[in-house]
Amino acid sequence: MTTGSLRAGTVPRASLEARPVFDWFFWFGVACVVGLYVRAMYFTPLDSLQGAAQKIYYIHVPSALGAYLAVSIAALMSIVYLWLHDERADRLAEASAEVGIVFLSVVLTTGPLWGHQIWGAYWVWWDMRLTLTLFLWFVVAAYLVLRGAIEDDAQRARYSAVLAILGALLIPFIHLSVYLFQARLHPMPVVLKPDKPSLPGEMLTTFLLGFAAFSVLCIALIRARYRMGVLRDLVGDRGLERADD
Amino acid sequence: MSDARVPGTLGAAWLVARKDLAIEFRTRTAFLSALVFAVLALSIFYFTWDESIVTAADRAPGVLWVVLTFSALLGLQRSFSIEEHDRGIDALLVAPISRESVYLGKAIGNLLFLCAIQVVAIPALALFYNLPLGRGMLLVCGIVFLAMLGIVAVGTLFSAMAVNTRLAELLLPMLSLPFFVPILINAAQATTRVLAGAPAETIWPWLKILIAFDIVFVVACTLAFPFTLEE
Repeated sequence: MTTGSLRAGTVPRASLEARPVFDWFFWFGVACVVGLYVRAMYFTPLDSLQGAAQKIYYIHVPSALGAYLAVSIAALMSIVYLWLHDERADRLAEASAEVGIVFLSVVLTTGPLWGHQIWGAYWVWWDMRLTLTLFLWFVVAAYLVLRGAIEDDAQRARYSAVLAILGALLIPFIHLSVYLFQARLHPMPVVLKPDKPSLPGEMLTTFLLGFAAFSVLCIALIRARYRMGVLRDLVGDRGLERADD
Repeated sequence: MSDARVPGTLGAAWLVARKDLAIEFRTRTAFLSALVFAVLALSIFYFTWDESIVTAADRAPGVLWVVLTFSALLGLQRSFSIEEHDRGIDALLVAPISRESVYLGKAIGNLLFLCAIQVVAIPALALFYNLPLGRGMLLVCGIVFLAMLGIVAVGTLFSAMAVNTRLAELLLPMLSLPFFVPILINAAQATTRVLAGAPAETIWPWLKILIAFDIVFVVACTLAFPFTLEE
């Protein structure tokens, strides 16, 4: 049939990209993080001032790094999409944003838990990082809701790319505003200066391993989510074919 | 037609804005509902604080910015939904004008619409909250205008996007409010200081961010708008 040969063009392309979602790299990422926690729990000394609460930092700070990594990939891929109109860039942006919101949620959950122990309050608005993360969470949430509200693939890709790029422009403005807000009310945070870690060797090693483990996990999750997107589009294409027949 | 020349970008934008304002002037439904909402909210908020603890003048800036934000959203929602009924947007797109001028026209229309609401809402605020009229109130009007510029720049673009989604108007607040955050922080802080009679050098840093936001987002949203239309 002529139609069969026409359709054949779409199927190999998609099935070429279709690969298992949970492969060795995914489990490697999970194993890295499990290994990190075993080290953080049993082989890293307690902080003399903060006690066990400081251990939250081994999940909190690396998650923040993972979140910023994922969100940056989403913004970058959105620019690539508007430039090249390649659906792979859109799929990668979608996957990164979804992984990004997971990591942002981890940051927003673990931050207040630590703050409650050290600051005596779950939430303080003058902490720039936490406040910025909250507003970033809102932007990424809007991005994902927008994606869910559009049926047409090309329109969804264009709209979400526009939102992601504007979101990237928004972040410096929120940062400046919150900075100005807290600078007028409070001196810089005095409890802790994470910019200049004066950590003893073992803790610093765990910390750096945390960054490495979370980066691997972040990329593994994005990769898995991307492959899921490929499979979804493949099923969508085949579903249309069946509807045609 | 004797006058068949094609207008430039700004000329075409003004024609689009005039069309929207003419529709609004003849129906007055959106204007009245946004206006009544603003005045109603101003009066309701008066009763949400204990007068003996926080004075009316102290809470006026907060009330002003909450009310302005949500009445602006009411106005922005109708910006592109009025084009939906008879697919008026298609007529705009086949018109021999650039897509940037459609955006600028819609934005100018929205800006004038919102300013018209503020012409009533700000005096109502001064009346209900016993604010002294004078140089301070003039400065507040200037801050309101700067904030409205940013709100309209972002809101017009998102209104065009939201109307084409399954959630339609429901999506607009979710898309726009995160983008209003820097506008509202800076505008509210500047207003508080103006009304408290603070010296100019404590107000200026907030205004600088507000002005920078306006410039960046007017340019960015004008450039982004063509991507939100069907190609």
